[in-house]
Amino acid sequence: MDNREKVVVARNLFKAFGDLEVLKGVNLDLYREENLVVLGRSGTGKSVLIKIMVGLLKQDSGSMQVLGKEITRLGIQELNSLRLKIGFSFQNSALYDSMTVRENMEFPLVRNVKNLTKKEINLRIEELLDAVGLPQTINQMPSELSGGQKKRIGVARTLVLNPEIMLYDEPTAGLDPITCVEINNLINEVRERYKTTSIVITHDLSCAKQTGDRMAVLLEGQFNAIGSFEEVFPHATDERIKSFYDYNFINS
Amino acid sequence: MRKHIFSKKIDAFFKGLADAWNFVRRFFQEVFVPPYEFKEVIHQCYRIGVESLPLISLTGFIVGIVFTNQSRPSLSEFGATSWLPSLIAIAIVRAMGPLVTALIAAGKVGSGIGAEIASMKVTEQIDAMEVSATNPYKFLVVSRVLATTFMIPVLVMYTDFVALMGAFINVNANELVSISTFFAQVFSSVTFLDIFSSIIKSLFFGFTIGMVGCYKGYTSSKGTEGVGRAANAAVVISMFLIFIEELLSLQIINLFRIK
Repeated sequence: MDNREKVVVARNLFKAFGDLEVLKGVNLDLYREENLVVLGRSGTGKSVLIKIMVGLLKQDSGSMQVLGKEITRLGIQELNSLRLKIGFSFQNSALYDSMTVRENMEFPLVRNVKNLTKKEINLRIEELLDAVGLPQTINQMPSELSGGQKKRIGVARTLVLNPEIMLYDEPTAGLDPITCVEINNLINEVRERYKTTSIVITHDLSCAKQTGDRMAVLLEGQFNAIGSFEEVFPHATDERIKSFYDYNFINS
Repeated sequence: MRKHIFSKKIDAFFKGLADAWNFVRRFFQEVFVPPYEFKEVIHQCYRIGVESLPLISLTGFIVGIVFTNQSRPSLSEFGATSWLPSLIAIAIVRAMGPLVTALIAAGKVGSGIGAEIASMKVTEQIDAMEVSATNPYKFLVVSRVLATTFMIPVLVMYTDFVALMGAFINVNANELVSISTFFAQVFSSVTFLDIFSSIIKSLFFGFTIGMVGCYKGYTSSKGTEGVGRAANAAVVISMFLIFIEELLSLQIINLFRIK
């Protein structure tokens, strides 16, 4: 596995908000075309980590390299060029309320890809809506969509620019179990069809098991265990990881 | 334990002022740099202009009628009711038109902008724009501030007209003055300086309403509670600043008038 290309490399990453230290020396390697699932309790800095990757937040110290580029050293133009290669699916989908599904998907496309004809834009949007199984929603407003539909459209919107890396922030949060499975399938389909590398942030172990090649458990600001699901969870010796597993699979 | 230069509240106040200044400065840095969001500016102009029309029409009309009614007794004591059109024209064009329009716009448009941008922030829509390599400041703030700056003067001229029509109906009913006589007197009383200063003043009012609404929305925090706070603060601060600007503009215009 070490011979594979690393697309994200984080070293000794620290981040605090006021007196609250969230990341305390995080190290991470993400390999091309793998799905890495980052798990941890709420408030442990999982979302902070991926927001640093796209430059939405800045680390206090340490290094974050994405596709070979150190994020903090990039100017706004270079950062924006890099952002086009990263798709970010937000926890609440973050669809633009005042726009239809079509306009939501057009928004990044018309601003970042020059010389596209109206026909090409429509073709791209229809293809992606087909891929997420929601071609009929094209003229609907986000307020008319269900939670699961919003998540799918959110994923389709990020795919419109052909990203190399997909970051999913809590993709199954607030969804019923059946829709969760559908979203998990969608994450796997996206990887297979578009050859993306992904990080999935979640505290849902079913989602982790279904979508992840590797699991990374964030505890007290550091990754405590990294490995396959079988390596990390069923036989965990660390009580905190064990309780995480128990609550997800046994107590529930 | 953090140390403060003065006290926590005073430090926060000055930090807030510095943040606001930087926010305004950023507007002037970004407004002339491409890409330009023409489509969004026009869309916002439409929203601000057309959607405010019913409220502005009603308010302007009522202001015209009420002000005429209230002024008549004072003038009639001196047998000077024939001066009503002049008095009303000067009052409306110089002060009441811009002020009434700006205050209504602060309530309707300013609060709307504050709430809309704050809710976009809470639901990570602004972050979503940023990660898709779009400058959210330019798309949301610059377009809205330009739209309010352009549209408030237009709305002020419209309010002036509607208020004068309200005044005319009242004067016509009581003094039997024809529309041509009424407006002849109106135009003979209002000077170029009155109209010019009214437009310039309205540009500042529009800029203030847009900028305050955007700033309060863009810097909102504390989730959904912050949305309400942003909308409320956008109205209160805009209105306060509009009155300050009105006072300052009066002093400046009076300097030109004396000359």
